[in-house]
Amino acid sequence: MRSAAALAAEGAWRQAARRRRLSLSVWLALFVLAVALAARIGEVDLARLARGLPMAADYIWRTVPELRLASLGSDLAEWMWGLDLWLVLLLDTLLIAYVGTVLGAAAALLFSFPAAATLAPRWAVGPCRRVLEFARTVPTLVFALIFVYAFGLGPFAGVIALATHTWGALGKQFAEVHENADLRPVEAVRAAGATWPQAMRYGVLPQSLPDLLTFGLLRFEINVREASVLGIVGAGGIGEELYLSVRQFSYPDISAILLLILLTVTLIDLLCGRLRQRVIGTLGQRAA
Amino acid sequence: MRGRQVPLIFGLGFLLLVAGLWRVDASPLRVWEGLGKLGWLVVLMWPPSPGGALRDLLQAMAETVAMAFLGTLLAALVALPLSFLGAGNVVANAWARFTVRRGYDGLRAVDSLVWALIFVSAVGMGPFAGILALCLPDIGTFAKTFSESLEAVERRQVDGVRGAGASRLLTIRYGLLPQAAPVMLSQVLYMFESNTRSATILGVVGAGGIGLALTDRMRINNWDEAAFILLMILAVVATIDWGSRRIRLRLIRA
Repeated sequence: MRSAAALAAEGAWRQAARRRRLSLSVWLALFVLAVALAARIGEVDLARLARGLPMAADYIWRTVPELRLASLGSDLAEWMWGLDLWLVLLLDTLLIAYVGTVLGAAAALLFSFPAAATLAPRWAVGPCRRVLEFARTVPTLVFALIFVYAFGLGPFAGVIALATHTWGALGKQFAEVHENADLRPVEAVRAAGATWPQAMRYGVLPQSLPDLLTFGLLRFEINVREASVLGIVGAGGIGEELYLSVRQFSYPDISAILLLILLTVTLIDLLCGRLRQRVIGTLGQRAA
Repeated sequence: MRGRQVPLIFGLGFLLLVAGLWRVDASPLRVWEGLGKLGWLVVLMWPPSPGGALRDLLQAMAETVAMAFLGTLLAALVALPLSFLGAGNVVANAWARFTVRRGYDGLRAVDSLVWALIFVSAVGMGPFAGILALCLPDIGTFAKTFSESLEAVERRQVDGVRGAGASRLLTIRYGLLPQAAPVMLSQVLYMFESNTRSATILGVVGAGGIGLALTDRMRINNWDEAAFILLMILAVVATIDWGSRRIRLRLIRA
């Protein structure tokens, strides 16, 4: 024996469930349509996928170097024949990433104060944000393509390209960090007669610094990955050598260089992770 | 003690910067000449024009978005079962979990452009190579973020379903997935945004999309057309960011 209230509740629940099912099926239909459309435009067909996957597997299989246990030393030496050159190029890649990150972060710091809505007047915030948005949306590689024309082939174009993209990406994050800063120290510094730049330097920067460093380190990790491909368009680093070995079908070289890139990136990630924890630890304590 | 270390670190960092600038041949003269050339390029870029190939460009742009969409989808489908292997509340063996997670990191460490380069020479030029190249590093990312969101679910719901006598598979389906699915879906959307950006440049190595048209125009010095393509990329990326943000907000609120 069920009461009227329970019946009504059950009816409402049924109706809600029906509505949910309806909206779900509409979304599902839209989704299937999008997949079909994308597959048509992307020239994907299952036959080609079936043909392509073994080809890709075969390709990967060929890059696996011949390492025998009996002559492991000489096999390794043969696989890593270009180690000296590759290590120099990897160091170059790291240097490109470092210089690009530092220059970009410096520019981002300058722009982050006028782009912070709580700190700067309205007329400054809008244009600054648009400029940063532009620098952030254009991919690094497109900047690299343009800068290779303007500054000539070589790592310098890569540095400028990385710096420009970093400027946009970090500028936004830095501005958001500043917006979270406590405004009372800023007022105090202002009341003591400081100018606006001084208020930013002594009122905001000490509060934001740990977060800025953390974001900077994260960006450095990303930039190491990006710097490894800049060579493909002639903007320096290990990418050039990788591009050559792929184009010349020197299969073992491909896996050797990829392995080196992988090790470098992993090492940098680990190192930056440790550094980030130290930064949060020490500077956080000092701010407290 | 620590206070004295800070200037030292900054000093070393500055020295490294100077050394780096020296190594990449940066000089004020070079910057000045480069900026002059850059200004000249900007003049050449104005006004942007499609150069009578608007249809082809639009098609290439659609191809770019399709590549990003399918690459993301494929990666999510492959990563979903893999993510269960990396989640601490599904696979209890810590050593197995560690190996699986390092494998995901390895996939992520290499940029999609490098994968594109390799897949173009493995399966030939075209969007198909691009889809595979976008998919591979994303599998690593998704497997990692998915397992993290699986680990973040409320324990009691899972216990409740299991307590009602559900099998292992049913527990995952009714206890785990309903909680984690919205988070995962918003991660997928976010990756779609990021992949749209990446897909615009894969054409540089011949992996389909608008990038090929862009590099072609630059190579033959048609800078007004290059500028038009650049604006198209910016517009599409902004549109997709906007749409995906709206959907993500709805997902989180629901």
